[in-house]
Amino acid sequence: MRPAFFKRPYRKLIPLALVAGLMSTGCGQQYVLLHPVGPVGEQELHLMELAAIAMGIVIVVVFTLYFYAIIRFRDKPGNTAPYRPDWHTSKWLEILWWVLPAVLLTVIAIPTVQTTFALAHVPKPKGKDPVVIDVTSLTWKWLFEYPGQHVATVNQLVIPTGKPVLFELTADSPMNTFWVPALGGMEYTMPNRVLPLWLEANKPGTYIGLSGQYSGTGFAKMFFHVKAVSPAAFNAWVAATRKTASPMTMTVYDQLLKHNTTGEAIYSSYPQDTFPTVANGFTLTGSGMYMVMRDKNDISYMPMQNP
Amino acid sequence: MPSFVTYLIHTLFPPTVRFPDILLIDAGLVLGGLGLIGFLTKTHRWGWLWREWLTTVDHKKIAVMYLISAIVMLFRGGIDAEMLRAQLAMPSVHFMPAIQYDEVFTTHGTIMIFFMAMPFIFALFNAVVPLMIGARDVAFPRVNAMSFWLFAFGAILFNISFIIGGSPDAGWTAYPPYTGLAFNPGPGENYYFLSLLIAGMGTTMTGINFLVTTIRMRAPGMTLMKMPMFVWTTMVTSALILFAFPPLTVALAMSLFDRLFGSSFFTLTRGGMPMMYVNLFWLFGHPEVYILVLPLFGVFSEVVATYSKKALFGYPMMVVSVLAIMFLSYGTWVHHFFTMGAGPAVNAFFGLSTMLIAIPTGVKIFNWIFTMWGGRIQMTTAMLYQMAFIPTFVIGGASGVMLAVVPADYQLHNTYFLIAHFHNVIIGGTLFGLLSGMYYWWPKMFGMKLNERQGKVAFWLFFIGFWITFTPQYLLGLKGMTRRLYTYPAGLGWHELNVISTVGAWIMGAGFVALVYNVVWSLLYGERDVTGDPWDGRTLEWSLPSPVPEYNFARIPVVHERDAWWAMKQKGQTMAHALRPEDVHDIEMPKNTPIPFLLGVSFFVLGFGMTFKWWPIAIVGILGVIACLLFSGFDYDDHHHLEADVVRQTEASLGRLQG
Repeated sequence: MRPAFFKRPYRKLIPLALVAGLMSTGCGQQYVLLHPVGPVGEQELHLMELAAIAMGIVIVVVFTLYFYAIIRFRDKPGNTAPYRPDWHTSKWLEILWWVLPAVLLTVIAIPTVQTTFALAHVPKPKGKDPVVIDVTSLTWKWLFEYPGQHVATVNQLVIPTGKPVLFELTADSPMNTFWVPALGGMEYTMPNRVLPLWLEANKPGTYIGLSGQYSGTGFAKMFFHVKAVSPAAFNAWVAATRKTASPMTMTVYDQLLKHNTTGEAIYSSYPQDTFPTVANGFTLTGSGMYMVMRDKNDISYMPMQNP
Repeated sequence: MPSFVTYLIHTLFPPTVRFPDILLIDAGLVLGGLGLIGFLTKTHRWGWLWREWLTTVDHKKIAVMYLISAIVMLFRGGIDAEMLRAQLAMPSVHFMPAIQYDEVFTTHGTIMIFFMAMPFIFALFNAVVPLMIGARDVAFPRVNAMSFWLFAFGAILFNISFIIGGSPDAGWTAYPPYTGLAFNPGPGENYYFLSLLIAGMGTTMTGINFLVTTIRMRAPGMTLMKMPMFVWTTMVTSALILFAFPPLTVALAMSLFDRLFGSSFFTLTRGGMPMMYVNLFWLFGHPEVYILVLPLFGVFSEVVATYSKKALFGYPMMVVSVLAIMFLSYGTWVHHFFTMGAGPAVNAFFGLSTMLIAIPTGVKIFNWIFTMWGGRIQMTTAMLYQMAFIPTFVIGGASGVMLAVVPADYQLHNTYFLIAHFHNVIIGGTLFGLLSGMYYWWPKMFGMKLNERQGKVAFWLFFIGFWITFTPQYLLGLKGMTRRLYTYPAGLGWHELNVISTVGAWIMGAGFVALVYNVVWSLLYGERDVTGDPWDGRTLEWSLPSPVPEYNFARIPVVHERDAWWAMKQKGQTMAHALRPEDVHDIEMPKNTPIPFLLGVSFFVLGFGMTFKWWPIAIVGILGVIACLLFSGFDYDDHHHLEADVVRQTEASLGRLQG
């Protein structure tokens, strides 16, 4: 197979020229962080590129000075370079290297702050209602509950393309992080807390998800699959699941709490009271601390006073 | 078998410590121990060992003991690293079972940070700081010995875990609730918390000791702005230690309470808040990384000036940048967990503070380069490590800035990109700095040079091995590989890069072998340093003979310039010419004491008893601790006079006395 690396435009790889030489060892597409398939991952990649360029400038400047110095001023017979043993200060040079990194870092800092705030709420484009998925990391498996669709899955996710998906993350286990590198960054799952993360897939496909926080001997097996499908196919999948899959009873849930690894599974329903009711951070309706109400038909949020 | 014996075997030797490789090590340790005892008995060295080493309060001997411990721990941590790399070389390999892999990455990190880098740094502090500031010892010599023995017995307690009872397996950060009894019932985490608490006390005392030493014990004339850069970084590092270790102590103690006494600070159930541990840990952890690197910034400043035959460039700005790093380092800890939902405002603040800290660090890099600019660079081994440090650390710092970009960190957090980054700065900054300092000050510590040729072989193996190991790990991070996976499936494109990385680790291992060969060969056949100033140095330690006599300075020097010894040499006023017999007076020196050693033993007993919840043993340990402290508190016979005649004789025999 001709590696996809060569087919793609080099545009995205230029900032990573430093490492590009080594990339020939593998297939470019496997650099999943460099080929995001959603807006979150794309924005994160843009910042990585910007930082890499700015830092690349620093590296070039420093390396140039450094190699010039170590070649020119070596202690060898006949070296004609000027020897100035007492030269130890230069006002303008020193001001320069306080200012140079400060300028470059400002260039990185401004978009960093902008994007940090921009990614901290779910966009709500017209006609594209975000999907909510409640994620619980268990020892050592992932439980995904769809409060809007009333279905649940284990170790596999099905999401519609072109719509923001709000993941509400918690843990009934040691901490893990929920990460789908093709779609965007990770966020911790923590017991007794609910943290938000939103992602979106631009195009259909199956993407790998995994945990980034070690949680015990089965941690390395906490891979899951994310199937991004068209909204129509997503609705069809929900309908089929509700019709054909078996329900998740409390007995099944208690089985999942055991410390072991399991395969993938889908369920037509799930117990309503397994997910914490207090969310912190951003939700579909705003930011802050919220009481989350999940009833049979919908999910709603009631703002809470901060204690 | 009686049930008591069964219980003991079951508790001390559970199946997790009965892997074949561990049994082999058990046998090796027993044989080695017996051999050592036999050797000491046969050569009648027990008294020597007790008088000269175990009870010493001499900062120079304590330095040697720290150095030996650090190199032994570098060996242990390095073996751990080789095992990890062997496991990861291929997808789905089972070189080790998951539980053993988890234990090995935990001990690798913990040992390298707390029991290799820290004592190695303290070895350098002890070896040269009193000499650089013209002092006869540190401010509190007995406390200094206590620090060492608390570190040593903490390290022993941690290291026996893999042969007795089972190692900790929650990573060097030991995040709850995984460290709780619900997920981790064995004694491993108890070992971790107790050994770090014991060693941490020693570290805190070292911080206090060197803070007071550098502030109070400087020779007349050595104002703050005339201190050698290494003394500055020692002072600042000590201040960092003083304020950074309390949060760690609190976090460790609370976790230990959760495990031993049923509290619920960080547990899964009963409303525990694991994130509070994470906060406390990194409130320590971020200053800690500067504790690990600032002293080496000092080493590099000394090394680069000496071997460039040129004054350090921009000294005042170097001081300012060290102080800036000190203050800023307390304000960046949240960047270790941007992805724990602190919200965009908090994350943005800590992202910016992290970028800010790159500025003073960058200033230092430029100043080092311009110290070489216009100099005459001598390519010694110590200088090679310094020269390797600059590009390595710049790249490590650049990847650090990428991680400080909050949204980028969401993608890169806990991936191999992060692993590559912190090894890039810790190996490139700390380890290269430690080795640079070791080669630089070795003649002062031991009276002979390390062989340069062998040293350079070891250097190139380390340097090349380092880049072969960690460059692929940056790429693995971009391929989505997360840390602490004991195995990984094929088909994700992680295989080839892991193979390269493992080969790099072998090369670094070869570098370690070359280093040890270099040390042993040089101890046996190395070139003696008869001048006391083999590198044509700039600071006061080079004004003394190598090795340095017990009292350091027969007469305390008076300092007029920044590079005091260099200035004296320029003016032809070296001490050897100036020291007249009537200048030498009686010297008051601290007296050897067994208390620090016994205090360490008592803490070990206490820690071991608590690890297994064997309370009677723990009580014996705590009584020992109390007894040592009481005895030490009322022991006023803590110093002795060195007669002027003895000093004169010593100086005369070294050819340093007039007339």
